[in-house]
Formats: sequence, C-alpha cells, structure tokens
Amino acid sequence: MARRILSKSKDSQAMGPWRVAWERFRKNKIAITGAIIFFTIVLLVIIVPILSPYKLSEFELSNKNLPPSSKHWLGTDEQGRDILFRVFYGGRISIMIGLVTALITVVIGATVGAIAGFYGGRVDNILMRFAEIVYSLPFMPIMITLSFALMWRVPSQQKLFMVMIILAIISWPGLARLVRGQILSLREQDFMVATTALGLSTRSKIFKHLLPNTLSYIIVTATLEMASAILTEASLSFLGLGVIPPTPTWGNMIERARDIKVFSSMPWMWIPPGILIILTVVSINLLGEGLRDAFDPKEIR
Amino acid sequence: MAESILKVKGIKKYFSTPKGMLHAVDGVDFEMEKGETLGLVGESGCGKSTIGRVILRLLEPTEGEIYFEDKNISQLNKKEMIKLRRDMQIIFQDPFSSLNPRLSVSEIIAEPLIIHNIVKKKNSELEKEVLRLMDLVGLAKRLVNAYPHELDGGRRQRIGIARALALRPKFIVADEPVSALDVSIQAQILNLLQDLQEELGLTYLFITHDLSVVKHISDNIAVMYLGKLVEKAPADELFRNSLHPYTQALLSAIPVPSIKSKRERIILKGEITSPIDPKPGCRFAARCNYAMDRCFKEDPELTEVGNNHHVACFLVEEKANN
Repeated sequence: MARRILSKSKDSQAMGPWRVAWERFRKNKIAITGAIIFFTIVLLVIIVPILSPYKLSEFELSNKNLPPSSKHWLGTDEQGRDILFRVFYGGRISIMIGLVTALITVVIGATVGAIAGFYGGRVDNILMRFAEIVYSLPFMPIMITLSFALMWRVPSQQKLFMVMIILAIISWPGLARLVRGQILSLREQDFMVATTALGLSTRSKIFKHLLPNTLSYIIVTATLEMASAILTEASLSFLGLGVIPPTPTWGNMIERARDIKVFSSMPWMWIPPGILIILTVVSINLLGEGLRDAFDPKEIR
Repeated sequence: MAESILKVKGIKKYFSTPKGMLHAVDGVDFEMEKGETLGLVGESGCGKSTIGRVILRLLEPTEGEIYFEDKNISQLNKKEMIKLRRDMQIIFQDPFSSLNPRLSVSEIIAEPLIIHNIVKKKNSELEKEVLRLMDLVGLAKRLVNAYPHELDGGRRQRIGIARALALRPKFIVADEPVSALDVSIQAQILNLLQDLQEELGLTYLFITHDLSVVKHISDNIAVMYLGKLVEKAPADELFRNSLHPYTQALLSAIPVPSIKSKRERIILKGEITSPIDPKPGCRFAARCNYAMDRCFKEDPELTEVGNNHHVACFLVEEKANN
C-alpha cells in the first residue's frame, strides 16, 4: 500500500525481509540445485505428454511388455501403453496431488492456528484439543481403512480428490500448531499492542500484522508437506488403495513391480517412476530446507 | 491553574493467577494538567506500565474510573474508543518488538493515517504527511523505504514516536521510552520528546525506573510501590524534600559522578511483599526501617502535606500531629 505509493523515491536501497531471504536463498547452492531439478520436472511433466504422439486412453495389446525401443523410448506396459507418456502424465497427477494437498493443509491449518492463537482462551482450547485428536490418530492404518472403506463408493475418477482430501485432513494439525504458537508469541509483542492503541480492526490485525509474520513458516511447511504428500500417495497407490489405473500415478506404476516377473525382467516399467519420485521428493526437500535457512538463519541444525 | 486533561480515580487492576489475585494496581488516583509531564517511577513489577495501559484501555481496569477531558472513558464502547484513540497514544520501551518487522518505515507511519482517514488516500498527500512526520522526529528522508531491522535502536524509537504522533494526539503514555537505548541516544530521544512537547503542546505520562531521566523531563513525579502511589510532588520538591522512606531510599541510590562524594546510602533489607492477595497494611512496611505496628495493620492514604506534596506514610502523618 503505502510502500508502493512511496517507492518513487530512488535514493533508498531498502531491502525488505523478502529480498533479504531471497538473497540468502540465492547463495545456497544446494537449495538452488533442488529448485532447478524440481522446476525441470514440473516443466517436463507439462510438456512431454503434449509432445508425445500417444494418448492416455490409447492401448495396443499387440505391443504389450515391449522393452525400450526407438518407437517407445521407455518401452510399453502390460496393456501396450507407452511408459514415457504414462510416467510424465502420472507425474502431473502426483505433483498435483502434492500441490493441492499442501494447499488444503495450509488453508485449514493456518486458519485454525490463527484463530486459536489470536483469540486464545476457550476457543484455543477447543481447537487445539481437536487438532491433537486428529494429530494422534495412527496415520497409516487410518489411511488404509479410509481408502478401503471409500474405495467402492467413490468412482475411480474422483478417487484422486478423495486421496487429496484424506491426506490434507490428516496433515493440517501440524501446521495449525505451528501457526498458533507463532501467533501466540507475536500477539504479546509491543507492535500488536500498538495496533490496538492505534485502533486497528481485528481483520487488519490478523491479515496485515500477524499472518505475514508467520508466512515464512507456512511456506516452508507447505513445501515439505508437498513432498510428503507425493510420497504418501505413492505408498497408498502402491498398496492399491490410492489412485487406481487407468489414471497413472508414480505410485500405481511402481505397483507393477509387485509382480515378480515384472520386477526381475521388465525393469523399464518401474524404474522410471521410481527415479522420478526420488528426484522430485529430494529436490522439494532441498528446496524447502533452503527456504527455511533463508527465512531463519538463526536456526542452526 | 491549567486545564485538567486526565483524571484517574481509584484505578485497580487485578490479574488472576494460579496462586490468587495479583494486585498489579491497587487503588491509584491522580490528575494531570494539560501540557505537563508526570513522571511515574517505581521498581520493576510495581504496576507502573499497567497503569499506562489501563489509561489507554489496552487493559480493562478491574475497578475505577478514568476521565479524559472530563469524559469518563472507562465506559466507552468500541466505536467511541476508536475515536478517542486519536487523542491518546503510547510510546513503547523496546524499539525492537514495537515495530512490525515486515513493514517499511513509511508503511508503519502511514498506517494510522489511513485507518483514521486523516489523510485522503491520495498518494501525494499521504507521502507529504509521512515525510513531515519523519522530519518532525528527525528521521532522514532516505529512510522512507527502510525496514526496522536495518536501523539502530534510536532511529527505531523515532519511528515509534512518529507513529504515535501521526494521529496528532494530545496525551501520550511514554512507557520507559529510553531505558532500552544507549545513554548517548537516551539524551537525544529525551530532548526530542521535550521539543515535541513544546511544539505540539503534548501531555506526557512518563513511566520509568530511572530517576535521573525523570528529573530531567518531569514537572511532577509520582512514586509507586507495589500497586500504590506512595508519594507525589513537583519534581524539585520531591528531590529536595522527599518524605516517604521508599522515595528516600530510591533517591539515595542515584549514582553521583564524583569520587569524593560520600553519601549515606539507604540499603533496603527484607523481601518485597508479594502482590498476590496482599494483607492489609503498608506495602512497604516489611522493608521499611521505620515501620511501626500500625504500618502492618492499616493502609496509609495519600494525603497532602502542603506545596502540592502528597505522601502515603503514617510516619509523616504522626510527625505533623506532634
């Protein structure tokens, strides 16, 4: 607002907190490498399916289980579908699951955390006890049970959304606790007392003063949450409880390796999605850790 | 006699703690005139900051009334209170936690102007007013887009002062505004506050634990001990003729920059009475060298002994009677 108004004056070389963090991030070679790998994968995932001559619904049973060749660079699967196409198309799904899950987690977690931290007292108590209940649920068994229970009711097209929502529901309490803690300590600082003395509304107190100060934590958590959602989706799909074929994801493509014949003699079916999962998750984690160091250099780990 | 601007009547502020009610402020009365500076001194935890915050209704008083320009403000609703905020502002002790680290200098100073519609949102007017305020508190123009973390404590304190002045208040609570600063910068900020007072006709409630600071800036001084005022007098009078044993001990603790000076220091012994559910009797009795039986049974009242000098001590009362 006011900053934009006044930024006309050129004689100041101000570095805002975001600029400072960016300068720090830029100097972190490992984090930059992570960022480059991740964005390359995102780019490939968008472009490759468009450039590929194959389509999602296309299959030729006569071409099944072919090893890599000039026609099918990464070979074909048991229904004669092109692996190269599927692995990158599956990447779209996996990364989207990660992104959307992270987004839902942030929306629920930050809202609940901000409300609990700002209002405190009974509101805080109720919200945080509820978050703790969700937090203490055993993760894998619940996921498996929920997926299994809903498996037959949810059409396979919508299983994707189901997986995202389940993942988000289970992961928001961590962020809510983090944001709440931050806001509790910010609330006691003098600049918040000043906002009351100046007569600010509750809304601008929360959105202009409190949340911007927790944003760095939220961004870091969202990034790391994305990586873990991709991994969890992969394990669920591997167990046949996540997204199911024909929609490809990295998880359900690797699932083919449960067949001993595929595992031992057709590595082109499961190695590419495996490598992509590793690359994606590692690069996101490097990126996230880099962001954390950039925002909070005091924390030495 | 000048116009009264603030009147505080029987203010009490209790906090409930697991051990019982903490009597942070326990019945304080005083009155301030327009343009004066009242120095409120006392040791850490005696409730002096709480008084400042109760007056601005940043904390709700447990009991008592506050009159600002003859209007009882302890009853105002939210909307009326926001209007009143323009007249009463606060300057904080810690220049590091009192500024939002995510906002630039101009954003911090412009915020009150925007929310109270003091300046139309027109850019040039807003910019002019922000620069005027920065100039008023002695901040260089080039810092307009700087962020708090780039500046030293003195400059940050100036930002806090500019923010408080943006609403053109009549009354300012200065809550230990210099105790977090270097000595050289303390003097600068104190002089700035005095200049602003002359220029804008401000009234200060100046809260501090530093007697040399308070002597420098105050017209009147009130000494506080564990939630109560023990002595209140014009500044010269208090330094010349302190009557309460606690004030005497405080004054004897001011360092004198001379190696030759040999002074009697009054060393206080005993433990500070707990402010949680205190027993009746003078709060200072447990540490007072002159305490009598009566001091442990009754609360001494703040009474005038002449020359606008008020003191709450039975000793003084008895001397007057004899």
